[in-house]
Amino acid sequence: MRYLPLTEADRSAMLETIGAPDVDALFSDVPEEARLTGPIEGLPMHASEMAVEKHMRRLSKKNLAASDAAFFLGAGAYKHHVPASVDHIIQRGEFLTAYTPYQPEIAQGTLQMLFEFQTQVARLYGCHVANASMYDGSTACWEAVAMASRIARGKKRKVVLSGALHPHYAEVVKTMAKFTEDEIAHASPALQAQPDNDGLIARIDDDTSCVVVQYPDILGRVTDLQPIADAAHEKGALLIVVNTEPVALGAIKSPGEMGADIVVGEGQSLGVGLQFGGPYLGLFAVTSQKHVRQMPGRLCGETVDAEGKRGFVLTLSTREQHIRREKATSNICTNSGLCALAFSVHMTLLGEKGLRRLALENHRLACHAVERLSKVPGVTVLNDSFFNEFTIRLGTDARKVVRTLAERDILAGVSLGRLFPDNADLADGLLVAVTETTTEEDIETLASALEEVLS
Amino acid sequence: MSAPNQSGWKPGTPVEDHNAMSGPDTVTGNRALMLEEPLLFEVGHVETTGVDLPEPSSAATRLGGMDRAEAIGLPGLSEPEAVRHYTRLSRQNYGIDLGFFPLGSCTMKHNPRLNEKVARMPGFADVHPLQPVQTVPGALEVINELANWLIDLTGMHGVAMSPKAGAHGELCGILCIRAALEARGDARKVVLVPESAHGTNPATAAFAGYEVEDIPATAEGRVDLEALKARLGPDVAAVMITNPNTCGLFERDMKAISDAVHAVGGFVYCDGANFNAIVGKVRPGDLGVDAMHINLHKTFSTPHGGGGPGSGPVVLSEALAPFGPLPYVVRDEDGEVHLVEEENADQYGHTQAFGRMTAFHGQMGMFTRALTYMLSHGADGLKQVAEDAVLNANYVLRSLDDVLDAPFGPSGPCMHEALFSDDGFAEDISTLDLAKGLIDEGYHPMTMYFPLVVHGAMLIEPTETESKAALDQFIAALRSVAGRAKAGDATLKTAPHYAPRRRLDETLAARKPVLAYEEPVAPSGQPTMSEQGGR
Ligand SMILES: Cc1ncc(COP(=O)(O)O)c(C=O)c1O
Repeated sequence: MRYLPLTEADRSAMLETIGAPDVDALFSDVPEEARLTGPIEGLPMHASEMAVEKHMRRLSKKNLAASDAAFFLGAGAYKHHVPASVDHIIQRGEFLTAYTPYQPEIAQGTLQMLFEFQTQVARLYGCHVANASMYDGSTACWEAVAMASRIARGKKRKVVLSGALHPHYAEVVKTMAKFTEDEIAHASPALQAQPDNDGLIARIDDDTSCVVVQYPDILGRVTDLQPIADAAHEKGALLIVVNTEPVALGAIKSPGEMGADIVVGEGQSLGVGLQFGGPYLGLFAVTSQKHVRQMPGRLCGETVDAEGKRGFVLTLSTREQHIRREKATSNICTNSGLCALAFSVHMTLLGEKGLRRLALENHRLACHAVERLSKVPGVTVLNDSFFNEFTIRLGTDARKVVRTLAERDILAGVSLGRLFPDNADLADGLLVAVTETTTEEDIETLASALEEVLS
Repeated sequence: MSAPNQSGWKPGTPVEDHNAMSGPDTVTGNRALMLEEPLLFEVGHVETTGVDLPEPSSAATRLGGMDRAEAIGLPGLSEPEAVRHYTRLSRQNYGIDLGFFPLGSCTMKHNPRLNEKVARMPGFADVHPLQPVQTVPGALEVINELANWLIDLTGMHGVAMSPKAGAHGELCGILCIRAALEARGDARKVVLVPESAHGTNPATAAFAGYEVEDIPATAEGRVDLEALKARLGPDVAAVMITNPNTCGLFERDMKAISDAVHAVGGFVYCDGANFNAIVGKVRPGDLGVDAMHINLHKTFSTPHGGGGPGSGPVVLSEALAPFGPLPYVVRDEDGEVHLVEEENADQYGHTQAFGRMTAFHGQMGMFTRALTYMLSHGADGLKQVAEDAVLNANYVLRSLDDVLDAPFGPSGPCMHEALFSDDGFAEDISTLDLAKGLIDEGYHPMTMYFPLVVHGAMLIEPTETESKAALDQFIAALRSVAGRAKAGDATLKTAPHYAPRRRLDETLAARKPVLAYEEPVAPSGQPTMSEQGGR
């Protein structure tokens, strides 16, 4: 077995040192009646690298890869081009096979990278401090809600969720709230060109610990968050802004500039890839120094070594489970370190100039798609504003249209029926995402297929 | 610039330790292959990019008037500069690929490269989580095949695949328990957790709204069954037991513990972080466990990546499986695999799910790696994994217990990790000092100060992927460092001497937190470093 270096001779010699007759003697604490005598039945025996690769390739081939289709899916996971050097760097064994940097003298590579990552995220979000990552955008979102409850010290119990928050994120928050006893105010969105900010503001009251809005929102709309921030702050509530497309922030104002208190999001767009939903990268940042000690997750900070050289360590860990146990700010331990590296390398390759160009190229193609699709009979475009994703209405169940087009290798978008199965009013809605990887030809393919299917 | 590099090193900084390899100071601060690397923010430039993208057009935007006007402050590097920046950083890291990494409780085993290759196949890496299910049957098969392995290896009834790491899995399991209790109208308040448990256990129980109480331990390092029985009652929702436990010992009374907990209507959560010791040797389902997370990034070899990502599927008993969160995978009578989400939960009879723990389906990229690993080892190989892991740990234990105090050594064999205390060290030498001494010997230290029940704990987990020769060299090194610790060798207090950095000031870092880079303020009239492009 290729991953096991011990030889039979080694095993005998080691048993002799230990003073055990055989390896089973080492398992003597396992009750005899529970001990298995041979390999578990029904499972295959060991296989060669070649055989395993073949099996896995066969499974892989059954899936339609995004790059082999005209591809328009988004809704919290976006297909972007990832430079080849990103994957090269994250496969270096020193990064790939390291653990959490608990011994900083031999983990400066990971630590300096995390310090750079935290800085990049904080600047992108317009925030003061970002942490070293969470699992994904949805768990970062509920950790932010939990943090806001902590800051309200249990005195405020209401969480106001925008209807235009990603429904999976809302589900995660609602799931956790069942156990933390926070009260959730939430409804699915109406299909309007403008989000109902007034309605959202009207739901904020003195019992509200936080308001959660997505920017751009689940329907792709982009609006000014400052009025919501002002209304929240007036009632002593925090504004949590969720961003699921970091590339957008190369083109639109940062949430921090508009009064957000906590900014969280999904970082998958940069460096990480689609991967059928995971591993992804949760981003988490705060705008105020006074909230840093309430943050969940790891933080990397600068310090010096015994010779006065600059170095980095994990810090403020008295917030964390390994020190504070049941009083910790979160139970998170393993996070998304390697995805943070991928994000950071991609961001470094882009730089500010590249990020802005990338964002504007996404937007240019999305504008083109909006224009073309609005000419399809039966299609209406919902959005006035958008970045690289927008909602169209088809006048018929969009789920069916999506399935029909998938048969022609056109992945047309995410139907609102899949995202909001309980709301029949949304069933004709389709979310369409366009990135730099989308070609004008792809857009034409989608438009003409829709023309055919809808006629 | 006057400073040749940004490391804080300056020519002429006195080297306080004269035992270090002496030689002339260098202008660059480098020492041959040990290369200093400035921060990205000191070498990059906002106008530099390593990606070719078209010039923006002047066409009007439709961004709702929210166009970002202010500078963001994100420096870029060209591709050659970026590759070099990160390659240099990587060389300041220790990884399994480089050497022995006996970090107890973390299972730092070899990460096979076939796993990496498979995870990157386009049909896995390049599929969107919300693609129509008809376009992803292979992805669902991977999830289902892995689910079957996990169920068969643990003897459990069902599995929730979506949790993102061990701690997330713990939360999933405890929430299943809470949902099951609520479904029978039974509001219980307390979760019992041993003091030796990992910090995530009490943190999880508290997050799920429970009061946490300690379970007493015996002098042998195991759960005190009689004391536990005395504490059990109608207020106890669950006990969380780690088995093998964090002292590296198998909980012999596991079945009796489960029976006692069930007798009072509670549930048994097992922290499966240490499953590597028993995979293929014993099934937790046969010991009465109701829920257990499995760290795919430990037992099943997916890489730790400097802190993550991981994956923490939770196997569930028949009593808890109906409450498993969405999305869930079921196989129907015809053997077809279905993805259960909110929209079709009724159709597949999975109507009691307690909710959703994450967007999308969990850590697919870890599933493909873990399944590849399982297929490589097979049922026979996984059993050998557990046997070799336990053999290696016992070999380390018995090769060192004459020089280091092994508090539970006399009570019998250990499982996959060997635990020592600092008993016998010279007064001013600590476990931390010994660990830093091991760094100079070229090793990543063991886990220190965990579990909390042993003074100055040192928890050594060699894993099965180390050869006898590698263990022998480590044992020789640790015997030497332990001897120095007992003799009070002062050079241990200043170790490491040969790492890229000497001991770092963690107190300073916490007292004056610097958590993001800020450009130095230039003397008036002079451009700042970032305005100059950092050069
Ligand atoms: C015993 C034990 N339990 C739980 C965990 C938490 O697992 P994770 O880091 O995957 O969240 C760990 C890992 O560090 C552990 O060692």
